[in-house]
Amino acid sequence: MTINPDAKMEESQNGTEIYSTDPLVVKSTYSIDYIHSYAQDSEFFRALGKKKLMGSRCKKCHYGYATPRSHCMMCGAETEWVELPTKGKIHSYTTCYFGSEVFLPQTPFNLVLVEFDGFDSLFMARLIGAEQEDMYVGMPIVAKFKRLQSFSPTDVYFVPAKGSEQPSSSNGKKKRR
Amino acid sequence: MKHKGRKVYMVSGGVTKFAKSTPDMDFRLRVKKAFDYAMNDVNLTLEDIDGSVASYFSDHFQRQLMAGIMVQDYLGLTPKPSKRIEGGGATGGLAFQSGYEAIASGRMDTCAVYGFESMSHVNTWKGNEFIALASDTNFDYPVGGFYTGYYAMMAVRHMHEFGTTVEQLAKVSIKNHANAIDNPYSQSPMKLTVDDVRKSPMVSYPLTRLDVCTMSDGAAVAILASEEKAFEITKHPIEITGIGTGTDTMRLADRPFGKVPLLPNEKASDYKNLKYPGIHSFRAGRTAAKEAYAAAGITDPINEIDAVELHDAYTSSEVQTYEDLGLCKYGEGGQFIDEGKSKLNGKVPVNFSGGLLACGHPVGASGIMQGVFMFWQLQKTIKKHFKSDKLQLNNPRRGLIHSHAGTGTYVTVSVMEVPK
Repeated sequence: MTINPDAKMEESQNGTEIYSTDPLVVKSTYSIDYIHSYAQDSEFFRALGKKKLMGSRCKKCHYGYATPRSHCMMCGAETEWVELPTKGKIHSYTTCYFGSEVFLPQTPFNLVLVEFDGFDSLFMARLIGAEQEDMYVGMPIVAKFKRLQSFSPTDVYFVPAKGSEQPSSSNGKKKRR
Repeated sequence: MKHKGRKVYMVSGGVTKFAKSTPDMDFRLRVKKAFDYAMNDVNLTLEDIDGSVASYFSDHFQRQLMAGIMVQDYLGLTPKPSKRIEGGGATGGLAFQSGYEAIASGRMDTCAVYGFESMSHVNTWKGNEFIALASDTNFDYPVGGFYTGYYAMMAVRHMHEFGTTVEQLAKVSIKNHANAIDNPYSQSPMKLTVDDVRKSPMVSYPLTRLDVCTMSDGAAVAILASEEKAFEITKHPIEITGIGTGTDTMRLADRPFGKVPLLPNEKASDYKNLKYPGIHSFRAGRTAAKEAYAAAGITDPINEIDAVELHDAYTSSEVQTYEDLGLCKYGEGGQFIDEGKSKLNGKVPVNFSGGLLACGHPVGASGIMQGVFMFWQLQKTIKKHFKSDKLQLNNPRRGLIHSHAGTGTYVTVSVMEVPK
């Protein structure tokens, strides 16, 4: 016999955090671990550990991507992995003074889109070793790789190339518009 | 692409006042308020509605999957057909067009398109994180993870390519926040100067706090109908004469450097040395405009469009969009705002409502809100709905609404006209 009219639901003493009672606003939390596969892009992340930046080139039309992309958006054919140069130029840049919650402790940080000789598209990365006023379109920059990999695209980052100060600025700092 | 479907009209609309946080109402009640406003304005009952489209962007904000059906349920529209449409910032524009397609195809004679977003359930910086999940999470999110950062890089390149200035960007902010003063639905009406905009906190160079739209709670509803039904419902329906949609690569880094897709009023020689779109322009916006203009028979946009409500999530994207829409040539966007052409009394008023910058941007509602404001503008009922006719244009015949996602990954353009 399993019928029990005196059954009582177990209660917890965890309680609930409340922000307001009218309307009733409570705290609710959500967190989850993903088993995230980089799948066909895995080689890019592995190569960063060998200080190599990998892009892709179309086997058919030879369009060169500075990002991993196993099929060509121009013609649909398969691409192959190709090593990118470690020297590039700033195509565009910004300095983020605010950001998403996870990145707030890292602000301010610089973002750059990098162009490479011989490649048709760009690569997005962080740049350190320069402030907002130091960066300019066309600035020569160099890839550096973290020794301790986190298997994230931030395992590679860029720094200004030696002697990359803007020619027009004598003290290396020029207020840009 | 040829549009061969039935004629489609908008017959009514409703919007809630957008606000940073409205914890006294959930998304269902917010939509209900906008829906009832639209329904009551033309004396419709639930029996008159054949089906609906639900428009909302992120499941993360609400932490509720299938929120669309909860609205459908709350409005009393079950068991009628409905579906959810999602495409980032362009969600509202895409849903509006999905409603258009339901009528044009003959499937429905009336369709309610409802949009909503409740962004106040998390703090602003967590909200930015959710929005940034709409960038490639393998490559872009871990590096930048911040949409304003992505747009800032596009703005820097636009400035480099065409000489656009931060003062020109500030003028967009001034214009839109000022327009909003006479729009009672707006979240941030303000009188500003170039100095105010430039001296507000830098978010991501060159964009300051006042160059960027806010997060909001809000809802908007548009009711669409076939020709026969539209004229039964109201004496003054507004025809939707053309829709267009464009797309582009998810990663900004993957944008090509090719040729400009030309509008009828442009020549290849206009852009001899311009590599397009790169990151300075939105190819999806241009593609959407081309399709919509072909459908609506527009060959000279600046002279054939009387008002524009466009997706100004950033001041820089408004300037970029003038060019994508062919209101001026590529490179002339900065001059366009300098010359006051997009002001309320200018050649083609842009964001007379205050736009996303000043009205707020509850993502799934924004693109529909534009449709509602344009509907009232073309119907000449601004005074009735805004309790002031300051934003009513003289004799507007044709308006354009523009909704935009990601770094320009989905863009919609819809053309609305007073029936001839």
